[in-house]
Formats: sequence, structure tokens, C-alpha cells
Amino acid sequence: MTNISFFIDQVMRYSYLQQALFAAILVGIICGVIGCFIILRGMALMGDAISHAVLPGVVVSYMIGVNFFFGAVLTGVLTALAIGYVSQNSRIKDDSAIGILFTAAFALGIVMITGLRGTGVDLWHILFGNVLAVSRVDLWITAGIGFFVILLIIIFYRPLLISTFDPIMAKATGIPVHLIHYLLMLLLSLVTVASLKSVGIVLVVAMLITPGATAYLLTDRLPVMLSLSALFGVISAVVGIYFSVLYDVASGASIVLAASVLFGLAFFFAPKQGVITKKFRQRKYRHIKSAS
Amino acid sequence: MSDVIEVSQLSVYYEDNEAIKDISFKAKEGQLIGVVGPNGAGKSTLMKAILGLEKYKGTISVLGKKVKEVRKQISYVPQRSQIDWDFPVLVQDVVMMGRATHIAWYKRPSSIDKEVVTACLKKVGMLNFAKRQIGELSGGQQQRVFIARALAQEANVFFLDEPFVGIDVTSEEIIIGLLRELKAENKTIFVVHHDLSKVQDYFDQLLLINKELIQFGSVDQVYTPEILQKTYKGGLALFGSNEEQMVVTPQ
Repeated sequence: MTNISFFIDQVMRYSYLQQALFAAILVGIICGVIGCFIILRGMALMGDAISHAVLPGVVVSYMIGVNFFFGAVLTGVLTALAIGYVSQNSRIKDDSAIGILFTAAFALGIVMITGLRGTGVDLWHILFGNVLAVSRVDLWITAGIGFFVILLIIIFYRPLLISTFDPIMAKATGIPVHLIHYLLMLLLSLVTVASLKSVGIVLVVAMLITPGATAYLLTDRLPVMLSLSALFGVISAVVGIYFSVLYDVASGASIVLAASVLFGLAFFFAPKQGVITKKFRQRKYRHIKSAS
Repeated sequence: MSDVIEVSQLSVYYEDNEAIKDISFKAKEGQLIGVVGPNGAGKSTLMKAILGLEKYKGTISVLGKKVKEVRKQISYVPQRSQIDWDFPVLVQDVVMMGRATHIAWYKRPSSIDKEVVTACLKKVGMLNFAKRQIGELSGGQQQRVFIARALAQEANVFFLDEPFVGIDVTSEEIIIGLLRELKAENKTIFVVHHDLSKVQDYFDQLLLINKELIQFGSVDQVYTPEILQKTYKGGLALFGSNEEQMVVTPQ
């Protein structure tokens, strides 16, 4: 209890902590929402890819002194287009194309950073986040991205749902399936940018996949899955920052671990899908059967 | 009767292999057409090419226009194996997808859309299952839900890819009954099918293919031992000498 009051006291006292907490909560929401679509489309690897592929864009933005938002979106979307181009124009399959191109982009980013030592770009912070360095501007950008992403998902909800569930029927009835795919890639790049400070490039994919997967184990309805996923994202953010402040450990990793614990709980104990609940139910069923 | 589908010299290539070659036919409205041929004959490919989902050579027109212009008039029922049955949607959500062509993309479903969904679920006998997750249903029930979705679209041309595979007798009877109703409303229905035993019962016309078009015509003209053998390249066992009682099974 004293730990919690200490944490609340700290948050009240330091504005940088408040900003950190807000940013992480926002990231939890938008990653959670986008993540559901990534999971259902079987694109976890693509999520990982786009989040890594923003790195060279971020570095170039730092170099020429513009907000890293622009560079990140540019290289993220370019990589998505390149992946599509390679897999459609050769016998290379999708997952291989993803593996080739995102590592190329990521490596390019690392080469640029290490080649430009002394420019003030901290590789560690980009890769793993530094939530306590969230500035007011960063917070505004994150909020703006969050608003834009959620708005687009609400507007395009139906085509997104149909093209995810049954892409062939979607194409047959004239839904622009490819456009929706690239729209989602654009949103992924934006979400990565928003998450850069809080969890960093390397662990963004966890915030995309883990809360969504947890929600997936708990519901049979997409709207519920989206809300639960956002909720788990927020819980992970708050709990993660809490432990990060309390034990002075890396905030991004702490947030991701909190999300992982939630997933573990759902995996074992979810009412319908949980591994242990299922076992228990089977045993109960066997009892009823043997009794009758 | 006008031509609903006109295909001429249609070929589809996968890399360098021909999936289908030089297919031409004209289908009239109000027909229930079975697309029949052995595995790998290009039945699904033909259907996808007509729907504009494959790159092809040749010309295709649907309802006298290019496919792109009449997509809303075309309803498609996928093979069951193409669907992720763990997807978090309820039966009623799936049927509502059929209404997508009627609802402006930025609008929410109206009360009319909801009524249509209910009516279509009733037609396939699945109204009591409206709030179930689709994975909880049996194969036949799942197929009926997809038929309901196709009906909800209120289209003029229907394409069904192997709708009778792995489903129960009741579902099969309900579905074929509904397809006949659609036919009576002068709609055109294409069904990819590979169980030859019921072909005579179900369809008005048959389109027999094996990469190339073997024959297209009414069932009584086309369902003959010679033409079937030609389609299956000898891979058929025919029992009975009388054409009326002929039994065929793929070997």
C-alpha cells in the first residue's frame, strides 16, 4: 500500500512522470486497437517489420532536424510497399519478403546511427524507449496520432472487418482490399512513432500483439475484443510505469512484462479458452458422465 | 433471355503453367449452372477470373458490363476451408457483411438492413443461432450462414465455391431449395461442384471443364458417358448401361 501511495505521490509531484504515464496509456490504447486487426489478419510478423523499419526514417529526421514523425512514416510505408512488391513479383513468399526487407531497413538505420556518432541520437533510447523523456510536444504528437488512428478505424470499421474476415468476398464485392492493407500499414507506422518514446522500436510489437491476443482469448465479438485489448494495453502501461518508477528499471520492458503476465493469466484461466479451465471442465464432464 | 455472363477466349496462367485455357461460353439468366470437372481442372480459377480476382487473358462481361462496374450485383460464397472459424464474429455479423454493398461505407446499418438480415437468417433456418460465434456451428450450419449472407446482398448473379462439401443432408436440402428459389426469381447461379451423383438433380446446365472447356449445355445434353469420360480423362467408373440410371464415381 505504501508503495502505491509513494507512486501516486511521485506522479503528482513530477510533471515528467505525468507525461510519461499519459503517453504510455495512449500507446496502450492505440496499440491495443490496431493490434487486434494485426492478429486477426495473421500479420504479427508484419507488425514487427514495420515497427523496425521506421528506424532509418527516425535517424534521417534527427539529422535534418525535422520531427521524426515524418521520416518514420515514410520509411515504414515504403518498406510495406517494398514487401508487397517483392512477394507479388517473385516466387519469394510473404514472410520471407518481410524478413528480408525489414532487417535491411533496420540494419540501414543502425549503420546510419553508428556512422553518425556524436549527433545526439541515442540508439538505446530509440530501440528500447525512454518514457521518462517524453516531452510535452511528444505527448501532443502521441495524442494526435491516437485520435487519427482511432478515427480512421471507426470510419473504416466495416471494410476493415470484411476484408479481414473474408478477403476474397471483400474483393468480389468491390471493397478496395489492397488500399485497406496499405492504410493499415500506414497506421502501423504511425503507432510505432507514437510508441517510440514509451516502449521503443524493438518492443512495440509486444504492445501490438499481446493485449490483443489476451482479449482474443476472452471474447467472441470484435467490438468487445477491441475494447478489452485497449483496456489491457492501459493496464499494462500503468502497471509497467509503476514498477519502473518503484524499482528504477527500464519502463518499456516493464510495460511489456505486465502485458505478458496478463496474457499468461488469460491463457491459463480464461473462462472458455483457458488451458486449465478447459481441463477442469473436461474432468467435470467426465464425472457427470461416469455418474450417469 | 439475355446473356448474363459472356466469356470469350479466357486463359489464366500461374507463373508459366496454364490453369485454364481458351474458355468461351455464354450463360443466360435464370439458370442454375454446375461447374464440374476433376480436381485441379481450374473450376475455382474460372470462377475467380470471372469475378476479376485473377489476372487473365481474354474478355469477360457480366450483365453486359465489365465486372468492375457490376460488383454490387455479384454475390460470392467462398469455400469453407478459406474461412478462419475462430474469428470473433457472430452469425448475425457475418450476414450483415452481405449488406455492405447497400450501406454507404461511412454509415451504420439501418433498420431495413437489420430486417433483411433477420429475414435471410430465417430463410436458412438459422435465426435461433444469430448470436452464436460462427465457429460454434456445424459445417452445414456455417454454410447456411454464408448462404444467408449471399441472400442479404440481394444480388443478381451468385457464385458458390463447393457449397455442398462436408455438410449434412438437411443443410444441403435447405441450400438447394433456396438456390432453386433464386432461379425462379430469374437470378443466375454458378456452383462449383465435384460430387457427380447429384448433378442431374441439382442443375439446369453444366459447364464441364478440365483446363479447357469440354462442354457447356443443358444437363440432359451434356451428362453423357462420353462427355464425362472426356472431362475426367478416363478417371471415372461408370455403372449401368442405361443413361437414365447411370451411376458415376471418380476413381
